Amino acid sequence: MAEVLVLVDAADGAVKKSTLELLTAARSMGEPSAVVVGAPGTAAAVKGTLAEYGAAKVYVAESDDLEGYLVAPRAEVLASVAGQASPAAVLVSSTPENKEIAARVAFKLGSGLLTDAVTVNDDASVVQSIFGGAVTVQSKVGGGVPVITVRANSVTPSAAEGAAEEVPVTVEVSDAAKGAKVVDRVVEAKGSRPALTDASVIVSGGRGVGGADNFSVIEALADSLGAAVGASRAATDAGWVPHQMQVGQTGVTVSPQLYIAVGISGAIQHRAGMQTSKTIVAINKDPEAPIFELADFGVVGDLFNVAPQLTEELTKRKG
Amino acid sequence: MNIVVLVKQVPDTSAERKLNPADNTLDRDAVDAVINEIDEYAIEEGMLLKEAHGGEVTILTVGPDRATESIRKALSMGADKAVHVSDEAIHGSDVIQTAKVIAKALGTIEYDVVIAGSEATDTRMSVLPALVAEALGVPQLTHARKVSVDGSSITIERVSDAGYDVVQASTPAVISVVEKINEPRYPSFKGIMAAKSKPIQTLSVSDLGLGADEVGLGNAASQVVSFEVAPPRQAGQIVKDEGDGGAKIADFLASKKLI
Ligand SMILES: Cc1cc2nc3c(=O)[nH]c(=O)nc-3n(C[C@H](O)[C@H](O)[C@H](O)COP(=O)(O)OP(=O)(O)OC[C@H]3O[C@@H](n4cnc5c(N)ncnc54)[C@H](O)[C@@H]3O)c2cc1C
Ligand SMILES: Nc1ncnc2c1ncn2[C@@H]1O[C@H](COP(=O)(O)O)[C@@H](O)[C@H]1O
Repeated sequence: MAEVLVLVDAADGAVKKSTLELLTAARSMGEPSAVVVGAPGTAAAVKGTLAEYGAAKVYVAESDDLEGYLVAPRAEVLASVAGQASPAAVLVSSTPENKEIAARVAFKLGSGLLTDAVTVNDDASVVQSIFGGAVTVQSKVGGGVPVITVRANSVTPSAAEGAAEEVPVTVEVSDAAKGAKVVDRVVEAKGSRPALTDASVIVSGGRGVGGADNFSVIEALADSLGAAVGASRAATDAGWVPHQMQVGQTGVTVSPQLYIAVGISGAIQHRAGMQTSKTIVAINKDPEAPIFELADFGVVGDLFNVAPQLTEELTKRKG
Repeated sequence: MNIVVLVKQVPDTSAERKLNPADNTLDRDAVDAVINEIDEYAIEEGMLLKEAHGGEVTILTVGPDRATESIRKALSMGADKAVHVSDEAIHGSDVIQTAKVIAKALGTIEYDVVIAGSEATDTRMSVLPALVAEALGVPQLTHARKVSVDGSSITIERVSDAGYDVVQASTPAVISVVEKINEPRYPSFKGIMAAKSKPIQTLSVSDLGLGADEVGLGNAASQVVSFEVAPPRQAGQIVKDEGDGGAKIADFLASKKLI
């Protein structure tokens, strides 16, 4: 059975859910091999989980150079593993950084790149959703190893035992790949709430929320649903919440089961990041707000009345 | 400091965008074409660097003849000249082929930095700048919300999912910018008039020394096999808050088994 390479995303010693989704998809395409590319010690922490989700092999490429420089070294390592393994496909999850890595890998392999797949078929063709969900396309790579980036939440992860046989990879980063040096990594916000891209429920606030302190209305609603908190650009630009929370064209693209937009008008750039959500609820005092064109359920009213009442109802019904 | 800004012409996002059933490629004639919005921020950043460090700003576009409209707009914002790679043979190229064309075209221009937008609204791939860096073998400084230049050293703040990374490289380098970086200027009347006489050099694939078999739909590694127009979203239920709006949402969520 052909190998299918899966680039592992891990944070704080834990494998991200998106990687478990890829391992699950890879199992129906061939034999999943996890590729761990990171600082020394990364693989030891995550090997157990990779085995639980069916990784037959775990390629271990560890070096401090991989963290110290932007994108290019990781692409070199992944391309060299792919060059040797001749896999049926290389899968990575669709984050901005991973997309850049995937692109450079496809370039080096002389093969093709497919980004933001929502379904990966067993023959490595994919389904993509474009133009804000208005059109669905089937795409494939004609020759060479397909390099595919897959949107989070496209697959339901399921466990299956794998041997997780370790294959050490010698990391030799070329000088050319050391051009962009990461001098510092600044953490601005890290909450206890679920990450936007992983979340199945998201509550987002916009300019209508009116200030940083008022965002507690959004946070309370989110907490009553176990949801992640998002925002429009108006709210991030005003500095009420950090930019990582921005949903949209230039923020995060999400596709949760439920998206609740509160005090957000629904500008085209915001819609670009959320309009493929399964169910959309909107709260806005302006009946003409374009967000209502997308909403499955909308309430025209003051968010400071409607949102707290919803929070209370949800808490009561859970109770 | 000589600057090249990569500008793409895209279909207007607010119009209904279509694929052409004949070859499954983007139907560029069906809708109005505009400059990719974020590329205006790239042009602005190019102008700011020129104003601080001197040099020239050159616009580079790969696209059909009508992309000239977007190039004129870029020139009216203050760029000095433009290079337009236009060739029927390029139609249907995938992003890797486009990156190769752009890299070749950059070989004909003197530059210290290349500035792109972080993402095009039509393909939303966000990978072209990294690919151009790969093809040229120069550092990539992408997704920048801030760019500072000190001699030949460039430092950016790259947005990350936790905050930002400070990344440093020497020129020449490829930068891409996010919309947080600046506020693009509007073309002045004087700028619009001046743009009419600024030079636009048009290049074909063979001018770049590329073979016709290196570009285009027939030679693209990734291909759209088929497409389907998704059924439009069904109109939802909109109610006015009569003091029970929150409870009504809770009822709706319960009916959908979302709580
Ligand atoms: C290149 C570019 C990229 C962009 N990228 C993004 C992006 O990624 N994400 C993004 O979101 N935007 C993006 N934008 C910005 C976008 O165009 C809009 O400006 C922005 O989304 C507006 O945010 P908003 O809906 O919160 O604010 P507004 O449009 O001002 O809407 C606020 C809404 O709140 C309602 N409201 C006010 N008070 C109340 C109240 N008490 N109760 C109920 N409702 C109330 C109002 O009726 C109004 O509809 C981008 C723009 C550009 C040019
Ligand atoms: N055909 C093109 N001509 C010039 N620049 C382009 C072209 N395609 C993409 N770009 C640049 O690359 C950026 C990212 O595009 P993409 O990777 O397609 O999302 C855009 O914002 C442009 O600056």
